[in-house]
Amino acid sequence: MAKHKTPLLDELESGPWPSFVSDIKMEAEHRHQNPDGLDYQIPVDCPDDLLGVMELSYKDKETHWKHGGIVGVFGYGGGVIGRYCDQPEKFPGVAHFHTVRVAQPAGKYYTTEYLRGIMDIWDLRGSGMTNMHGSTGDMVLLGTTTPQLEEIFYDLTHTMNTDLGGSGGNLRTPADCLGKSRCEFACYDTNAVCHALTNDYQDELHRPAFPYKFKFKFDGCPNSCVAALARSDFSVVGTWKDDIRIDQDRVKAYVAGEFKPNAGAHGSRDWGKFDIVAEVVDRCPTKCMSYDGAKLSIDNSNCTRCMHCINVMPAALKIGEETGASILLGAKAPILDGAQMSSLLMPFVVVEEPYDEIKEIIENIWDWWMEEGKNRERVGETMKRLSFQKLLEVTGIPAMPQHVKEPRSNPYIFFKEEEVPGGWTRDQQAFRERHKS
Amino acid sequence: MEEQKQAIMEFLEGKKGKSKFYFSDFCKIFPDLKQREVKKFLTALVNEGKLEFWSSGSTTMYGIKGAGKQNAEED
Ligand code: HEM
Ligand code: SF4
Ligand code: SF4
Repeated sequence: MAKHKTPLLDELESGPWPSFVSDIKMEAEHRHQNPDGLDYQIPVDCPDDLLGVMELSYKDKETHWKHGGIVGVFGYGGGVIGRYCDQPEKFPGVAHFHTVRVAQPAGKYYTTEYLRGIMDIWDLRGSGMTNMHGSTGDMVLLGTTTPQLEEIFYDLTHTMNTDLGGSGGNLRTPADCLGKSRCEFACYDTNAVCHALTNDYQDELHRPAFPYKFKFKFDGCPNSCVAALARSDFSVVGTWKDDIRIDQDRVKAYVAGEFKPNAGAHGSRDWGKFDIVAEVVDRCPTKCMSYDGAKLSIDNSNCTRCMHCINVMPAALKIGEETGASILLGAKAPILDGAQMSSLLMPFVVVEEPYDEIKEIIENIWDWWMEEGKNRERVGETMKRLSFQKLLEVTGIPAMPQHVKEPRSNPYIFFKEEEVPGGWTRDQQAFRERHKS
Repeated sequence: MEEQKQAIMEFLEGKKGKSKFYFSDFCKIFPDLKQREVKKFLTALVNEGKLEFWSSGSTTMYGIKGAGKQNAEED
């Protein structure tokens, strides 16, 4: 029997989609039955009361959660997000409903044994409800009480050999695509650099001292499976410098229908005979490809590495051999200002251990943003406010054609003395000689 | 280090009506020091149990442990 009547929430179960309301009801039922005989450390009716308070919010059209709080584990400034209900008498099961963020491993590789271990902790000491995964990538464990936090942290670090993720004004848990572990398109080892930087920047991850959140994301190629360009302040996207490798015999085999385009990914419908001109050449965004009926040609100097042709004919086309990454800065969701994608900062870096080149750029950016950023200002906003030129100056990156996005909208360019040969001083005598009258 | 930690505690104890502060507020106490240096003092005070973090989930602030109205409310 449901503890609270939830007619409004029940509507959310009526559509054709999976419903989180059904999931929460299932968990409520499961906790009451308690088939494993657990000695639940937080109220058993936590899921029931979550449904109750949500129903009330739907009715009142107002949240019944208070904002933030002083919860966390000793010495960490992030990883736990305090949530308190403002109707604790009515909904004691969610009087405390803190979120615990658990760091995801690089590439999100888990064993089922590991996942069961996490759930053993969470069924006992939390609500049993999770969100896999949050936007930052962490496992999001939803709902526990303050006294359980240190216990959970102890179990996570000692039994599961893992750590909390980031939250608040700090480095968030870095995230990456599967990269070289599974994918032939990977231009560098995303898992290795993600893991290395997570370890190197533990202080930034756990002890907040930034104006606001800061995210790294690592995409192995421009297909952008973790959408670094849209979702991270510091976006690293794999790319290559030399030419796309073409196997002309295999191009012919695609044309002859021997290989399925897109490796059969859109095979649920009959698209007719593969038309290389319509589906590849004409869809190249920079129009740098041509096909003369026998041979495919690419003008690589105009290729933007969009990946389209490679995705359609992976057996015939391969990324170049001189691989690395582009670094872009400043993406963010529309929190204070509008949403923003990252801007290109470094067209090409080699991504190799110990990643000193990348770390130097990161640390220069942090030093600048910590100094100049306003409270709650993302680095992308600081960059816009103080100009891209300023960003180039603090990172020591020279301006280059790849930085140009559009014709300039500001006609005023002020040179600095050190940028002008000879500076501001000039020989007055010689000047007068040349301009006599 | 002791001197700077002292300065931070005095800054906080001298503030009336406000119990939580942004990291940048502490940097203003030490205009000549790098942010990363200031962070070391705050970390030491957190580790000694004198300061604690406050977080909304998206922003983080620092305050004297146990100070402020939120503590009472949140038991
Ligand atoms: C069933 C309930 C909930 C679900 C499924 C849920 C899910 C999520 C997810 C997936 C994220 C993104 C995490 C990440 O970036 O890694 C998130 C973030 C967040 N949640 Fe929830 N959440 C729930 C309840 C709540 C409640 C009750 C509150 C507030 C009282 C809340 C406040 C927030 C805030 C402020 C963030 C953003 C933190 C940041 O800036 O990174 N959530 N939530
Ligand atoms: S982003 Fe590129 S390299 Fe990474 S998994 Fe996706 S397709 Fe592969
Ligand atoms: S990767 Fe994109 S831009 Fe480059 S040749 Fe292929 S379709 Fe054209």
